Amino acid sequence: MNAGRALETAAAWLLAFLWIAPLLYAFWAAFHPAALATHFDPLAPLTLDNFRKAWTYAPFARHLLNTMILVTMILSAQLVLCTLAGFAFARFDFAGHDIAFGLVLVQLMVMPEVLIVENYRTMARLGLVDTILGIGLPYMASAFGIFLLRQTFKTIPRELEEAARVEGCSMLGVLWRVYVPLARPTYLAYALVSVSYHWNNFLWPLVITNSVNTRPLTVGLAIFGAPESGVDWAVISAGTLMAVAPLLVAFLLFQKQFMQSFMQAGIK
Amino acid sequence: MRHVYGWLLLLPAAVLLIGFTHYPAAATLLDSLFSSGTVVRPSRFVGVDNYAALADDPIFTQVLWNNFWFALGTIPASIALAMLMAIWVNDRLAARTLVRMAYFTPTILPMIAVANIWLFFYTPQIGLLDQLGALFGAPSHNWLGDPHTVMGCLVAMTIWKEAGFFMIFYLAALQSLPPELEEAAKIEGASRWYFFRRVTFPLLMPTTLFVLVNATINSFKLVDHLFILTKGGPNNASNLLLYYIYQVAFSFFDTSYAATLTVILLLLLATLALVQFQLIEKRVHYR
Repeated sequence: MNAGRALETAAAWLLAFLWIAPLLYAFWAAFHPAALATHFDPLAPLTLDNFRKAWTYAPFARHLLNTMILVTMILSAQLVLCTLAGFAFARFDFAGHDIAFGLVLVQLMVMPEVLIVENYRTMARLGLVDTILGIGLPYMASAFGIFLLRQTFKTIPRELEEAARVEGCSMLGVLWRVYVPLARPTYLAYALVSVSYHWNNFLWPLVITNSVNTRPLTVGLAIFGAPESGVDWAVISAGTLMAVAPLLVAFLLFQKQFMQSFMQAGIK
Repeated sequence: MRHVYGWLLLLPAAVLLIGFTHYPAAATLLDSLFSSGTVVRPSRFVGVDNYAALADDPIFTQVLWNNFWFALGTIPASIALAMLMAIWVNDRLAARTLVRMAYFTPTILPMIAVANIWLFFYTPQIGLLDQLGALFGAPSHNWLGDPHTVMGCLVAMTIWKEAGFFMIFYLAALQSLPPELEEAAKIEGASRWYFFRRVTFPLLMPTTLFVLVNATINSFKLVDHLFILTKGGPNNASNLLLYYIYQVAFSFFDTSYAATLTVILLLLLATLALVQFQLIEKRVHYR
């Protein structure tokens, strides 16, 4: 019995090592000279050269800035739009309520990246091709966010709302002073999921951008890492680590919140 | 008054949703009934011609099969691993937090970064796989350039990327199981494997179904890695439906045919959505 347990523990650790190994390898390659990146010699000298090269080969600073603008813009718009819509669905019995809600949920399946061809056309008509707004706009009304906030708002007792109304609060005042503060955990969970998603999103940003000034990190990294670019492994690894570092560090610091958010987000 | 208020609150989100989900879906359907216009030949109504072309397109058949093999290769394996990980991490395991973190980390990496790292493993000669093979005297192999091995390479990478994500759903389910069950099993002298087979596994079934549907949907949407690793090659051996749509639209500029392919993808996703809806109904029913 105990031997079995020990064996299972060993297997769990082995699997954990296997799972983290690709990332460890990337660290290894990034901190060693290119010639030694593929030889696992524990005494190989460490270097920061690869990071310096990656930083100059590709406009990383610009890509990083673009990504930060992008995720901030998307998240702020999402928070406002989804709060309003979620409130409408949770507390207003307007005509066409159920049909409208059904139509909103369609977006859970048909994410904007599935409709790249038509959405590209729309952006061309709006003159938003190759703009950061063009990358973000299709994602700002998020069915997932609306759904999540509607569920949360529904659990808030109506008595609280009525008390606030008696005190003379307006409709939006009630939303702002009663509903939003009570839904704080949901907002946090949603924010983490949204930021991770858009930090990592690739296909739509690739389609809609064509210049350094708008390309986010993922697209920049894809161009940088392409074998045709002739950049060596060590430098690609360094670039890859730089692109994932902010999110990775955030994850390592707030592990529990991340996992709980992803879980809450998935289960709905 | 409440009608007006409700709609006003909904309005901003509704405009964007219609503009970037419902309208393009409808436009795609319409577009698939027309020919692609060029400078000299404007687009004209062709009925179901584009759909007839699907039947004659060997690449279309191939990408559907590829999607099928990709799903079959990744989903059962990552679900099984996810279950195993969750059971381990839910246990009193030494260094449990670290182990859980290791399992989950691939989830937060972008697919592009993952592909960059894994590309190195698969590179002939200097890649990790070939270096390991050389220790055993195996000849060098072009893993991503060989139609027989390319899909396996993508599958292995995707399992690594997704298992930890599915793990957290099992973890949540396991934590909601009453601890009395395990105590009772211990008193009865049931083995761990027996307990898993007869108690845990059946009780995790709703989670498994939920993960299954989500994983299937993901398998249609996940194509980022192809841009780095294979570009759908060699000879479309690793091409997937969404990547093929991208190629047809933005490399071959045949927008009508791309629209037709998109309609097929939408139909597949809609079918999955219906399945998922049924499952959710059932889950609510159980509670």
